[in-house]
Amino acid sequence: MATTTMTMAKALNEGLRRAMEANKKVLVMGEDVGKLGGVFRITDGLQKDFGEDRVIDSPLAESAIVGTAVGLAIRGYRPVCEIQFDGFVYPAFDQIVSQVAKLHKRSDGVYTMSLVIRLPFQGGIGAIEHHSESPEAYFAHTAGLRVVSCSTPEDAYWMIQQSILHDDPIIFCEPKCRYWEKGEVDTERAPLGLFEAVVRRPGRDVTLVGYGASVRTMLRAAEAAEAEGRSLEVIDARSIAPLDLDTMAASLERTGRLVVVHEAPHTASIGSEIVSALSERCFYSLRAPGLQVSGYHTPYPPSRLEEEYRPSVDRILDAVDRVMEFDS
Amino acid sequence: MIGEELVQLLTPEGERVSHPEYESSLTNDQVVSYYRDMVIVRRLCNESTSLQRQGQLALWAPVQGQEAAQIGAGRALAPMDFTFPTYREHGIAWCRGVPPADMLRLFRATSNGGWDPQRYRHSVPTVVLGNQVLHAVGYAMGVQRDGAEEAVMAFFGDGASSQGDVLESFVWASSYNAPIVFFCQNNQWGISTPMSVQSKIPLYHRAHGFGFPGVRVDGNDLLAVYEVTKRALDNAREGGGPTLVEAYTYRLGAHTTSDDPTRYRVDAEVEVWRHRDPIERVKALLVREGTVKASYFDEVAEEAEGLALQLREDVLAMGKPDPLTLFDDVYADYHPLIEEGRREMVELGVAGGEH
Repeated sequence: MATTTMTMAKALNEGLRRAMEANKKVLVMGEDVGKLGGVFRITDGLQKDFGEDRVIDSPLAESAIVGTAVGLAIRGYRPVCEIQFDGFVYPAFDQIVSQVAKLHKRSDGVYTMSLVIRLPFQGGIGAIEHHSESPEAYFAHTAGLRVVSCSTPEDAYWMIQQSILHDDPIIFCEPKCRYWEKGEVDTERAPLGLFEAVVRRPGRDVTLVGYGASVRTMLRAAEAAEAEGRSLEVIDARSIAPLDLDTMAASLERTGRLVVVHEAPHTASIGSEIVSALSERCFYSLRAPGLQVSGYHTPYPPSRLEEEYRPSVDRILDAVDRVMEFDS
Repeated sequence: MIGEELVQLLTPEGERVSHPEYESSLTNDQVVSYYRDMVIVRRLCNESTSLQRQGQLALWAPVQGQEAAQIGAGRALAPMDFTFPTYREHGIAWCRGVPPADMLRLFRATSNGGWDPQRYRHSVPTVVLGNQVLHAVGYAMGVQRDGAEEAVMAFFGDGASSQGDVLESFVWASSYNAPIVFFCQNNQWGISTPMSVQSKIPLYHRAHGFGFPGVRVDGNDLLAVYEVTKRALDNAREGGGPTLVEAYTYRLGAHTTSDDPTRYRVDAEVEVWRHRDPIERVKALLVREGTVKASYFDEVAEEAEGLALQLREDVLAMGKPDPLTLFDDVYADYHPLIEEGRREMVELGVAGGEH
């Protein structure tokens, strides 16, 4: 097993590089992705090695980044679009939901929408407005799209490659506040399929489910709970749409208690979907209603307040207390 | 109203006129054949309107008045070129070889597309204004990367010219020198919105601001549309980059069968444009020059009649699709929610019923 320690940013970079080496049809496109290497340096050095035709510095218009990627996909290319920040994806929303999601169906399967839209999402970097949002539910709601999120460098390395190889369009959500955290990466073998959830930490009392940046927070909560004698199981959903409900249900059937953690407001969120789907599946095993720890129903705050807005270890532990109080 | 910059090679009376930059290269055989195209496309369009009125189509978007623009552009294309239409490009679809009944699948509401876009090198119809123009630019960027000698043509109207996607397309095509022709049919009306609300300058002037040439052509003049479009396509294939062609024309009919144009425009205006009818103009030329026997016009009308009857038959035979096709081709690969939906429909046995 060849493992290397690297940051998530480096792992994404290496994953992109490997995908571009494997297939000449893979293109990277977006604002500042070439010479600069992207504002987060995820595409650092790729233009130098693969040329301006394959790593395309684009003008500044998100609808056009995605719209031209659609045309390139029709022509047989596999574009990887970078949207610089979550809050800037909305100009491309029309292209994503009206075209990217529907052209495979509209063409009776003739067009393959083999494109990846990379989206640095969630908060935690002290940014100004529009740089810390969690828009994943908008895309998960749309038939024709798939949405995934990595939480570790190893997943980042493999999931970006698996997404590029996949023939469906994929919204690839990257937890930007974890870009600089290091982890072990096995560069020889992908540990998991793209749409599988995984148990990151086994436990007996409560099932915690989350994705992206929330996974690390849930693990910290589980450590803190252990000191108080509580055993929390932590599941990294990894795939936001479709959800790997089998893995989640297997856990919930043992624990009977569910807390879902994410940074978006909870109304019509991925958290709502997980609670709803698992309530149906695991009704007779539930010992408490499923709860969400999420952002509040407010616009993402000025970042001096983001630690109050984002799910924290304390808020997760508070939700754990509440589900433990139900003792059926 | 029509500016002096308009490229015209055939007057409304069917007289050839010279232009300093363009000259008709069409042979008599071509003119005769393209006249036939226009007559057939109009007849099929009228049949489609009738089918809608008789409750056989959910909607129809008539193309009357724009036949020269579409047959001129459609016949200027090379077989390997790729085209990205709106929902009104019936003349282009005809030129690309799309079977007429397939053009009506969208309007019969049995499909959201209707034909194999790779087979005809004519993309599926796009209903959201301007979206397809960006696809065309992206496709053209792919052509460039493949080193292929192909051009791409994007269709849109004066209405869509205000859409961000169209203007972003201009930026992209210019920046990358993409091999594309932007073919704008300015038919003067975006449903009830007149051209004067869309732009304070002639549309083709916009191209200059984006750094590539724009040409306004008499969109009711088959000869001129063909030459202007062909030159723009040749230029694109030779690496000369994008051109905006504004085909200055008029929508003689309603926006769609759901529209009532008498609420927003006066008959006198429509009358003016009836005198500029694109089909009558070519007929006048053919008569004036004695290119065809007098019986030719009847023969073409008869052929068109036959095709219209065939279209009617084909459309009436188009039944409701199998409900389970709902779940086909949503994804290229396995998806649990698709399987769940399919299973539910199969187990319930029925899918429709009262609402």
